[in-house]
Amino acid sequence: MVPTESNYINELVEIHGRSRTSLMPILQGVVALKNYISDQDMTEIANELDLSAAQVYGTATFYSFLDTIPRGEYVIRVCKTITCDMHGKRTIIQTMEDMLKIKVGETTPNKKFTLLETNCLGWCHEGPAMLINDTPYSGLTVEKVHDIISEYMNK
Amino acid sequence: MSEQTLKRVDLIFGEYSNEKYKVLATSLERTNEDILTDLLESGLRGRGGAGFPTAMKWKYAAEAPGDEKFVVCNADEGEPGTFKDREILYRVPRKVFSGMAICGRVIGAAKGYIYLRGEYKFMVPELKKELESYHEHIKELGLDFTIEIKMGSGAYICGEESALFESMEGGRGEPRNKPPYPTTSGFMKKPTVINNVETFVNVVMIMRLGPDQYKKLGTSDSRGSKVFSVSGDTPIPGIYELELGMPLDRFVDEFGDGDTKAVQVGGASGFCVPRKKFNDTVIGFEGVPTGGSMMIFNSSRSMYNVLHNYLEFFEEESCGQCTPCRVGCQQLLKGIVAVKKGEKKAVYLDQLMKLSESMKITAKCGLGQSVANSFSSIVNNFKEEMIY
Repeated sequence: MVPTESNYINELVEIHGRSRTSLMPILQGVVALKNYISDQDMTEIANELDLSAAQVYGTATFYSFLDTIPRGEYVIRVCKTITCDMHGKRTIIQTMEDMLKIKVGETTPNKKFTLLETNCLGWCHEGPAMLINDTPYSGLTVEKVHDIISEYMNK
Repeated sequence: MSEQTLKRVDLIFGEYSNEKYKVLATSLERTNEDILTDLLESGLRGRGGAGFPTAMKWKYAAEAPGDEKFVVCNADEGEPGTFKDREILYRVPRKVFSGMAICGRVIGAAKGYIYLRGEYKFMVPELKKELESYHEHIKELGLDFTIEIKMGSGAYICGEESALFESMEGGRGEPRNKPPYPTTSGFMKKPTVINNVETFVNVVMIMRLGPDQYKKLGTSDSRGSKVFSVSGDTPIPGIYELELGMPLDRFVDEFGDGDTKAVQVGGASGFCVPRKKFNDTVIGFEGVPTGGSMMIFNSSRSMYNVLHNYLEFFEEESCGQCTPCRVGCQQLLKGIVAVKKGEKKAVYLDQLMKLSESMKITAKCGLGQSVANSFSSIVNNFKEEMIY
């Protein structure tokens, strides 16, 4: 069952249940659907799970992949940990900044892309690496990044 | 210099037997005592890095009172320079499930979880497919042990076992006080065995080969083989299964680019070994332990930049719960920047060293305690690079 646009909190709660252990999957579900968790989402989840809004907020803000500010449709996370850094992460970021005309931490005005840095993605042997939403890309070069981002731009 | 190349082992990634879940089936015919005796005899120690004897962990959980127990597979592989668990789960998932199922039978658990880091979410569809087939097989074997995947969401600290439980329970990934240990109070405060992905696979190897043959690999303190993640300045980065207890100089001969200045063993929370110490360093529990991360740096790399990168990592990934780690990481980072810029005198590094030692003693969990490992080993061995 894939949650629909309007009633997604209810549907996620139906899928994952109302216990505290359901909180992470529900929050992850909201991010997968809306790219971030809004204050209103958090309040609604708190009501459904009979938790305080502070508890939901506490959990949501702890995790770097559970965004609580609006993000683009495609969230790009470039690994900045040592081996990717050594193997040219900076050029990769520069290339995307030029293509998307945003800086790290920003979202394009059309809300399509957000460019972020992240800690070790586990592709150290093929760095530099990045995630676009859940999809990993490794062995990045300027050309490769051009191709990948162009493809996403046309989506 | 030795001409001999390091012995490549092909146990973990070895071919599956044609018969699915054969080792699991034969293991289930044995008694729990027999299985524990074999594990103890094999000398297997946890493969996540800390190296706790696996047989003891299982025994404690088996003996812990409680009618509900859990098995958790720690696949929150977040240590910089480590990527072997993904490879294991990708290439030999059935061995991981089998190891978990054997554990479930031994300790009396009916439920297992794989806590997979959020960065590996792309693997979920394949794993779920493989799990479906697993669940069909155990029905035939008459075993009551189901496995479910739980996802992380980008937090290094959740690789710490008690933080991982907090996360699975829907909380912030903040480590708990220990004791109680997971074997008496883990997931949902119930007795839990939590092992690294690779540990479960090793259990299956031991069940298949028998402890005597397994023990032939490695040294007396470090039995068996280990999957290493090799990265950095090397012509052949990747995953290698090697015997434990190997000397570092031979590792560098084989994997270095001829200009290796230092090897970071065990990731950002591990130790930096400089060239002059390669020949008297052993990789294993009797020497420098590692969860598998081997990052190689050649002489073109600034060790200041390496340390700066690690400290930024720790500063971000510290959960912030205890003061020594939260403030300590920030101050170490600020400190080395200030020394480098000349805002602080070089002797300030001694102060920072003391701070890292305090963190080792006072931080609540392994994250804060192990920052001193890389900090002191890099600063001590590459002091000039920190200052000039």
